[in-house]
Amino acid sequence: MTAISTATDRKPVAWGRIALHVGCLVALLVVLYPLVWLLTTSLKPASEVITSLNLLPSHLEWSNYKTALDGVNDVSIWRLLSNSLLIAGGAVIGNVISCSLAAYAFARLRFRFRGPLFAFMIVTIMLPHHAILIPQYIIFNQLGLVNTYWPLILPKFLATEAFFVFLIVQFMRGLPRELEEAARIDGCGPFRSFFLIVLPLTRPALITTAIFTFIWTWNDFFTQLIYLFDPDKFTLTLALSSFVDSSSQSAFGPMFAMSVIALLPIVLFFLAFQRFLVEGMASSGLKG
Amino acid sequence: MTTTEIPAPTARPGRAATTPKHRPKREREGAAWVFLSPWVLGACLLTVVPMAVSLYLSFTDYNLFDPPHWIGLRNYTQMFTEDPRYWRSVVTTLEYVVIAVPLQLALALVVALALKSMKGGKAFYRSAFYAPSLLGASMSIALVWRQVFNDGGPVDNALGNGGWINKPGWSLLAVALLTVWQFGAPMVIFLAGLQQIPAELYEAAAVDGAGKWRQFLSITVPMLSPVLFFNLVLQTIQAFQVFTPAFAVSGGKGGPADSTLVYTLYLYDRGFVASHMGYASAMAWVLLLVIGAVTAVLFRSSRSWVFYASEGDR
Repeated sequence: MTAISTATDRKPVAWGRIALHVGCLVALLVVLYPLVWLLTTSLKPASEVITSLNLLPSHLEWSNYKTALDGVNDVSIWRLLSNSLLIAGGAVIGNVISCSLAAYAFARLRFRFRGPLFAFMIVTIMLPHHAILIPQYIIFNQLGLVNTYWPLILPKFLATEAFFVFLIVQFMRGLPRELEEAARIDGCGPFRSFFLIVLPLTRPALITTAIFTFIWTWNDFFTQLIYLFDPDKFTLTLALSSFVDSSSQSAFGPMFAMSVIALLPIVLFFLAFQRFLVEGMASSGLKG
Repeated sequence: MTTTEIPAPTARPGRAATTPKHRPKREREGAAWVFLSPWVLGACLLTVVPMAVSLYLSFTDYNLFDPPHWIGLRNYTQMFTEDPRYWRSVVTTLEYVVIAVPLQLALALVVALALKSMKGGKAFYRSAFYAPSLLGASMSIALVWRQVFNDGGPVDNALGNGGWINKPGWSLLAVALLTVWQFGAPMVIFLAGLQQIPAELYEAAAVDGAGKWRQFLSITVPMLSPVLFFNLVLQTIQAFQVFTPAFAVSGGKGGPADSTLVYTLYLYDRGFVASHMGYASAMAWVLLLVIGAVTAVLFRSSRSWVFYASEGDR
């Protein structure tokens, strides 16, 4: 903005720039409105959630959060939170291990059917989740694993989220081969080469994988909805969805307080790792 | 297993060319399969086998408790000829895709173009506009949407039409706007694509007297078309599978008057609420084929409108 005063001869350009900033600010307000609304509503007294036209509450109703901390269906929020964390954490570990292993094979090793298998892996990225959901459910049902966390975590250890395999393959292909070749000449096999050379260099892609896995698993609803039905095993997302049926307006304050709590980890991850997230998203489109 | 074969420490880079290959090819191939084993296991047991099983189940009557009972094409004929709710869900999903995807991509493109030439604050806006793409899939935001567009909610207060959620003609638009709100992810991809267009192209065009609009049509649009194509395919596939917001807005029922009964919601209802697993499997296979067909059509059409810079050199 300071450039405006000095560049008197380019005034039309500067005005254009101001208009651009104003436009972006307005867009920003519209985009952020639902989030601000959520935050202020979570602090409104029950009587104001529906009736009041004000965005801001008349006074801050912290008891909404106190009620939210008590949880839902007699399950405390700490239980829900640790359930969510367990699933998301397990998924992160599973995805990072299994996807980086598969990616190394695709990016660096030679084996039979590599081309067709890679093509198949790409196709599974686009495969609609629901096409395999029902038989997967039946398999886990036969194994007696429905209403446990296994169906939610185990698939991640088997690299079923091919998007991340692809992401890591793309990253590994960009790494210089010289280090590995020198190591191989020194007698370093593929295993040591992977753990000592490639894996440390792949860290940015692994961090991107970890964060996206965490956020997507944290937000996931459909899989949790069909596999978990013990309120004891519920996640924050499932607990929130039990508010969906209730039309009682007195529950709105605590419901939105809980919504804020459920969004907090994502917001914190976003603030801490926004670079990785935005750039990971950008590169996925260009290299594809 | 790798340490046993380390040769005497004579290998220096200078002698690399004369050093024979230590490892037979077969052993390296074996190593590859070790790395691949989790993925192979997952691809077989959790993708290929389930797909085959669901194809089989789609020809059966199966309720999870009694063994599947072969009924031939009956699920499919019932779906296409006797189930008005099925067609309702097809139409709802198509409406949703046709509303949400173009609006979302258009907004993403406009914002990316605006940010492209911005000097200060670009990184900030890019991150801020991207945030909804991470938050929007959550139940929290779906609940916010239900309330914001509800009777007495902020949208009702602003427009005074009694909220959208309870109106069959409007409820799907509210769900679609949640997708549009998440325009940040395609916007980031557009922006990255825009920044890869060589500045010389614009300079040369400006020298030749091309105006801004002309430059946009003749340089930006063709150079950006691969990225636009990628976003279009990705967002269309995702939009066909929308579930959480429709579930939250309608309490899992797809109402009012089935106006938010998207395909996956009806699939969930048939399979997991009504326990008609055979019928739901048939629905899943039709969804798979439709998404495959739509993707194929997009790919085919791309030949006429997607421009790859390297082709021009040939």
